[in-house]
Amino acid sequence: MPERIELSVNGRALSVPWGTTVAAAVALAGETRFRRSVHGDARGPLCGMGICFECRVTINGEPHARSCLILCADGMEVRTDE
Amino acid sequence: MSAAPDIVIVGAGIVGAACARECARAGLRVLVLDRGPVGGGTTAAGMGHIVVMDDSPAQFALTAFSRRLWQELAPELPAAVEYDPCGTLWVAADEPEMAEVHRKAAFYRERGVRVEVLEGDDVAAAEPALRPGMAGGLRVVDDAVVYPPAAAQHLLESQENARRIEVRPGVTVAALNEDGGVTLADGTRVSAGVAVNAAGPWSPLLAPGLPVRKRKGHLVITDRHPGFVHHQIVELGYLKSAHAVTADSVAFNIQPRKTGQMLIGSSRQFGAEGTEINAEILDRMLRRAFEYLPGLGRLSAIRAWAGHRAATPDKLPLIGPSLASDRIWLATGHEGLGITTSLATGRLLADQVLGRAPAIPVEPYLPARLGKGDTPHA
Repeated sequence: MPERIELSVNGRALSVPWGTTVAAAVALAGETRFRRSVHGDARGPLCGMGICFECRVTINGEPHARSCLILCADGMEVRTDE
Repeated sequence: MSAAPDIVIVGAGIVGAACARECARAGLRVLVLDRGPVGGGTTAAGMGHIVVMDDSPAQFALTAFSRRLWQELAPELPAAVEYDPCGTLWVAADEPEMAEVHRKAAFYRERGVRVEVLEGDDVAAAEPALRPGMAGGLRVVDDAVVYPPAAAQHLLESQENARRIEVRPGVTVAALNEDGGVTLADGTRVSAGVAVNAAGPWSPLLAPGLPVRKRKGHLVITDRHPGFVHHQIVELGYLKSAHAVTADSVAFNIQPRKTGQMLIGSSRQFGAEGTEINAEILDRMLRRAFEYLPGLGRLSAIRAWAGHRAATPDKLPLIGPSLASDRIWLATGHEGLGITTSLATGRLLADQVLGRAPAIPVEPYLPARLGKGDTPHA
């Protein structure tokens, strides 16, 4: 298993240690708006354990992935603020 | 409200709200009582599909008239009501169902309802998420969608009515009295000229023997996936499900919400008293939806819930005076069409209460048609 994972967050290349969650990677990338509420408010992780659904991002084109539950994988394309 | 109301309505669902609106517009003072919040019972368990249906001539007359009332109301509806004229797409899986498309199309066209018959390729183009190979479909152009609890709230609170309507949520009614008032659960008597039983599936509690049965339905709402479907899509097999009067049944019925969410139905069960989720029925309902929309299962659902609808033996609502007393009226039994037919119900009830010429013939909806099943407690 590789020690480092290469992925992109909003088109920007990022290298993180193996075992890093997508939520942590998004934070490392400096993004604070993980998603938008129905009324357009910025949202980000709250519970960190898959319950609150606030940390949802788009992963490889699939919307509403809970970033706190998913580990980064090589080549993953993450988009936030959608 | 200082003086006694002219009319007391039991049930702040969309039917009670529509009755209140029409009576208030005619100048009556209205008191609306509900043991729960506005629109929190059956209204919160409906999809909010404004749809013309043609199971019977009377059902067509009521749904078509009521849909027209919704269209007239649409410009004044606030954004919270989420009125969306997305149209209905009835999908035909095979040639027998396609024959039904042609029959419905002819029936609707003869009566001035705008429809488009779609061949298989047109259906695929209109709704790319549907599984390939559909025989065709029928697009009912002017059908629409609303968010029912917000619609009920609006009917009660819209500016022109607010002055004459008092709403008291959280008040349980124990009995409708033959003198037109009601008795509350705490024993208080409330006087009124006329009492209206708009308690939906619970209306028999206030009118023992009323031929209204609770029919349970499940709903699921997804996360926001804008553009996945564009119409309220219903399988033509829905009619078989809706008509089955004994066995539990499910049918594919999906609705796009303005938020990008999708509301998924439908199920029908008699003899299921509670509102807990029945996993087996929910599973059948979702599998049916996945058969039509193979990509749906990959999307996330955020909530599932169940509620009860008020079913009558002939699938038509009860709108008019009870046989028990000319001061006890009924506006109940709308089953799965209550959001659509609420506005017509309000109009027809007010027409009768006020002695106006009814907007459409009321005979098919009069409680008297079902015999003396609505005698209240002495």
